[in-house]
Amino acid sequence: MNELALAVPWLGKRNPLAARWLVIAIAIGAPIVAMMFGRTWVRVLDFALLYILLALGLNLVVGFAGLLDLGYIAFYAVGAYTAAFLASPHFDVHLPIWIVLPLAACFAATAGITLGFPVLRLRGDYLAIVTLGFGEIVRIFMNNLNYPINITNGPQGINSLDPIMLFGWDLSRNIQVTEDLAINSLFLYYYFFLACVVGSIIFIQRLQISRVGRAWAAMRDDELAAKAIGINTRNMKLLAFSLGATFGGVSGVLFGTFQGFVSPESFSLMESIAVLTMVVFGGMGNVAGAIVGAIILSALPEILRHLAVPVQNALFGHVLLDPEVLRMLLLSLAMILMMLLRPSGLIPANAKYSHIRYLKAKGVTE
Amino acid sequence: MEIFLQQIVNGLVVGSVYALVALGYTMVYGILGLINFAHGDLVMVGALTALQTMMFLMGVAPGMSPIAMLTLSLLVAIPVCMLLAFTMERLAYRPLRNAPRLAPLITAIGVSFLLQTLAMIIWGRNYHTFPQLISTTPLQPIEGVFITPIQITIIIVSALMMAGLVLLVTKTKLGRAMRATAENHRVAALMGVDTNMIIALTFVLGAALAAVAGVMFASNYGIAHYGMGFMPGLKAFTAAVLGGIGNLGGAMLGGIVLGLVESFGAGYIEHLTFGFLNSSYQDIFAFMILGLVLIFKPTGLLGERVSDRA
Repeated sequence: MNELALAVPWLGKRNPLAARWLVIAIAIGAPIVAMMFGRTWVRVLDFALLYILLALGLNLVVGFAGLLDLGYIAFYAVGAYTAAFLASPHFDVHLPIWIVLPLAACFAATAGITLGFPVLRLRGDYLAIVTLGFGEIVRIFMNNLNYPINITNGPQGINSLDPIMLFGWDLSRNIQVTEDLAINSLFLYYYFFLACVVGSIIFIQRLQISRVGRAWAAMRDDELAAKAIGINTRNMKLLAFSLGATFGGVSGVLFGTFQGFVSPESFSLMESIAVLTMVVFGGMGNVAGAIVGAIILSALPEILRHLAVPVQNALFGHVLLDPEVLRMLLLSLAMILMMLLRPSGLIPANAKYSHIRYLKAKGVTE
Repeated sequence: MEIFLQQIVNGLVVGSVYALVALGYTMVYGILGLINFAHGDLVMVGALTALQTMMFLMGVAPGMSPIAMLTLSLLVAIPVCMLLAFTMERLAYRPLRNAPRLAPLITAIGVSFLLQTLAMIIWGRNYHTFPQLISTTPLQPIEGVFITPIQITIIIVSALMMAGLVLLVTKTKLGRAMRATAENHRVAALMGVDTNMIIALTFVLGAALAAVAGVMFASNYGIAHYGMGFMPGLKAFTAAVLGGIGNLGGAMLGGIVLGLVESFGAGYIEHLTFGFLNSSYQDIFAFMILGLVLIFKPTGLLGERVSDRA
């Protein structure tokens, strides 16, 4: 939370405490404000929270451990399909969320280790391509495993997943408080996702300053030196992959149950790239960066979607660029320009354990 | 037996296109150590530019002979791709030459998606029919084995272009400068090689090959669209790794081998898995080969060890 509070422009540096309360107020009040503009915007916020979870998980792999993973969305898919298999009429199995969630986390972590093990020796660009291939293989299987035995139902996907039930509450139903005051189901999902995000942030920040987090930072900055001081880089890499994958799997379950259906289309390479762009745009290796990147890059396309059509109609009399094209344009430009102009991202990582900071502390300039 | 021979023919045709594209990857990797993700999309730009030119020519001079039309459209597509590659190198990759390793790679992914998006804006999302100017009526050199004239053309043109490239790299002064730059930038610069120019030229040469590959690819299948370059690009990269990245001969060998594996795989997968998997799984072969090569023989078939250089 501290990092996020410090990232608030102007106020963060002057009065961190006030900034922290501001962040909390925004997090709690956002859906209420969004509701004034219509239910769509609450939905956008719900999805933004899911993207935050994804970006946080990918940030563990790319930002903390320095392993570029382009197939990250595959773990999201593993989570979503686990939910679809275990809690939908497709196989007529209806397990509660408290069983589905840990199972999906386990499956995703296993998938992460399965991918991580063979690619341990690879670095940088090779790793990127192999993980991309892994993501594509998973997608090809999702698309085609409806024959000869129907497992994934092919490109049509699986429908009517069970909604999340928390202690007897059905999150997909509005809660009737009094006669004319009801809490919309989108709000329930929002606060549930928010709780997940907050839990993840606390977990990740503890992790970052733990032995594991320091080992990752050492490995990312200089793998040889990390080995020399006795860090087991193999286990650390596997841990990064499996933990990152766990986040992907958990958000996949939330995504599937929230949306109510899953299909291979949601897990294309473009989505992997989108999540990567969020991490890169916000600032690699930095929790606040991943969060801000995810919020901006998931909300901006939606805002553009609503502005683009009327503005273009007013300016040119017809629609030149449809919203989906605008989203791709925005993401690819964000990625290129950020790397060229501000490679450390919107909120540069406060590299607690980097050697540059150490040198600065010693009075040695770069 | 006929099926076996037919798969060899199919594999050779696809493989020679992969080989042409793989050369572009391998040249850039050899010199910069960068995977130019956007290279595959140059294939698409080449095909769509050629398509645009053909449409224009058909409108202006309907009676033009197909060969002249194909040549003219290639003469437009090649420079367009070259210019694009030059711009790409100048604006996106050169500023990042001394940046950390991940930066140029992420930029390259961005450039790839930018090219696809721009193509989507210019040519739309739909699949376009690509005029098949060289006949696609199959010939039957051996009973039961079919090969079309366009496929023969693809094999011959690829072989010629590869031979030309090898001659350029091994016999000319320019080629020597390229090899020197790949060996060591700084020393090459000290010897009076304009390394910036050589690097730009490498991109441009690769782009020319990609443009030709794009036109041939689209002519063979008769369709073109904005995302057509991505998969062949990835497969060509796999081919480059399979042959040993940074090695010209390796890229060609890798391309042919990958093409053959893919066509045999697609042909026989149903028998091998007792009907559980079918030819819609064709694309996973390339990725599996990539994974296996990188794990068991990262040097590729003909290359030196590079996986730790990253």
